[in-house]
Amino acid sequence: MAKIVVVTSGKGGVGKTTSSASFATGLAQKGYKTVVIDFDVGLRNLDLIFNCERRVVYDLINVINGEASLHQALIKDKRIDNLFILPASQTRDKDALNQEGVQKVLNTLSETYDYIVCDSPAGIETGALMALYFADEAIIVTNPEVSSVRDSDRILGILQSKSRRAETGSEPVKEHLLVTRYDPRRVSKGEMLSIEDVQDILSVPLLGVIPESKTVLTASNEGCPIIWEEKSNAGQAYQDAVSRFLGEDIEHRFLSTSRASFLKRMFGGH
Amino acid sequence: MTEEIAAPPEHNQADNANNHEQEYCFQLKGGLMPMTVMELYSYDYKAFNQRLKKLVKQAPSFFKDMPIVLNLEKLDEGHESIDFIELTDICQAFSIYPIAIKGGDESQQTASLIAGLPQIPTQKIPPSKQSTKPTNRSAAEYTQTTQVSQDQHPKTDPPLLTEVQKQKPNNKIVTQAIRSGQQVYAPEGDLIILAAVSPGAEILADGNIHVYGPLRGRALAGIKGDTSARIFCQRLEAELLSIAGRYKVDEDLKQTQWKKPAQTALVGDQLQISCLP
Repeated sequence: MAKIVVVTSGKGGVGKTTSSASFATGLAQKGYKTVVIDFDVGLRNLDLIFNCERRVVYDLINVINGEASLHQALIKDKRIDNLFILPASQTRDKDALNQEGVQKVLNTLSETYDYIVCDSPAGIETGALMALYFADEAIIVTNPEVSSVRDSDRILGILQSKSRRAETGSEPVKEHLLVTRYDPRRVSKGEMLSIEDVQDILSVPLLGVIPESKTVLTASNEGCPIIWEEKSNAGQAYQDAVSRFLGEDIEHRFLSTSRASFLKRMFGGH
Repeated sequence: MTEEIAAPPEHNQADNANNHEQEYCFQLKGGLMPMTVMELYSYDYKAFNQRLKKLVKQAPSFFKDMPIVLNLEKLDEGHESIDFIELTDICQAFSIYPIAIKGGDESQQTASLIAGLPQIPTQKIPPSKQSTKPTNRSAAEYTQTTQVSQDQHPKTDPPLLTEVQKQKPNNKIVTQAIRSGQQVYAPEGDLIILAAVSPGAEILADGNIHVYGPLRGRALAGIKGDTSARIFCQRLEAELLSIAGRYKVDEDLKQTQWKKPAQTALVGDQLQISCLP
């Protein structure tokens, strides 16, 4: 039985797809057979991050409607063997998703995979609800600013009330907080919420803090999940987050600006 | 459920104990006991049977072997004669036992007596019980329920189950954080939250509100008009506080006990925030 992990946030543009891609890659790197599903029907992006957009023939909606088999729609990642991508449809909208169809797809995938990562669209409508409904665990992606935190809080409430686990009264969805685009310099200036502030409001265990980094954008544009960039702080932070997710006890990094890294930045280093 | 006076109580408990061992094999006493009254608006075999079936299904154990008094005072005028034997049979099929009637005209009283249902003398409701705005719930418990059942239109379902629950305060305890966009309401009682209330969340209660965590959302106590309701919290960071419709928002709240333990009560027409003792 695969574990279903939803990557969600409520707010758009906080790094759900970037995180889904890196997180799924990280799990595959650790040896788990992983599939990542793009639930953002109509605004397909995940394929771009994996640089597999030209290999998309069939998509999630085709599979739900029985127009294609799962085997036909799944795209094998070009960098690692045990990672597969199930793209969203670009020509349809979220209403094409239905609970029975999604459940059928997840059940079938469940038989052969260890982890199913669901990349949720922004918002709290059908697409997001479908992505989180069947989740066993949830990664809440939050930027350290008030509106993102508020939206994450909202989605946590939905996870607690509208997920399958909530509706059937079984053990609640396990929640993890992933703070992205964290900039310790701006936090120290008081321009950005600190990790403590975010945790104080959300009170969800901290899975990881991804520092703000230019390499994230570059990697996205090149179609390479940032977790492959081993020299980048962001890449390392995702590695740490995956390890923590799998139960390892690793100290949080990149929470403050050390003098050394400040000087490095001054002289054009990393 | 409402009270029914069978006969004026003449002796108190102490007298009873003293007179217990007498030469008589029994003694007649006055008693005051709670009794469920079935207020009849109209009678039709099918409709009556259906309604009773529905009610009993909601709470079978509540209705099990229950004695009731039939109140005919609210019966539609010009209603044709009621077959009390048939009515009793239906009730008994649901293990409900009519024991007497109340009100009704002469012919109905005769018919009911033949069916084995004597008449209870009608009591006038004292004016104090006519109050429509019971603010103190504990004192107004009984009058409130009487009022509810009397105001019912025949077509609507009398809230029989909630009447039973009203016997004790219907408090609600929540252990999970209340997130933005969530709404939690404790009708007929207090709301106790053992976690944080996030900004954008709303908590409401007919009674008091207790929050043993930071209160960052909106809290509305006494929403049915109970001016004695209060709001207690460990850390006041609320967006809005309201008691019985009077409210204070964020800006005013920041003046006192902000981010500190606080209680809020209605003093006169103003919300007053003070520290917890």
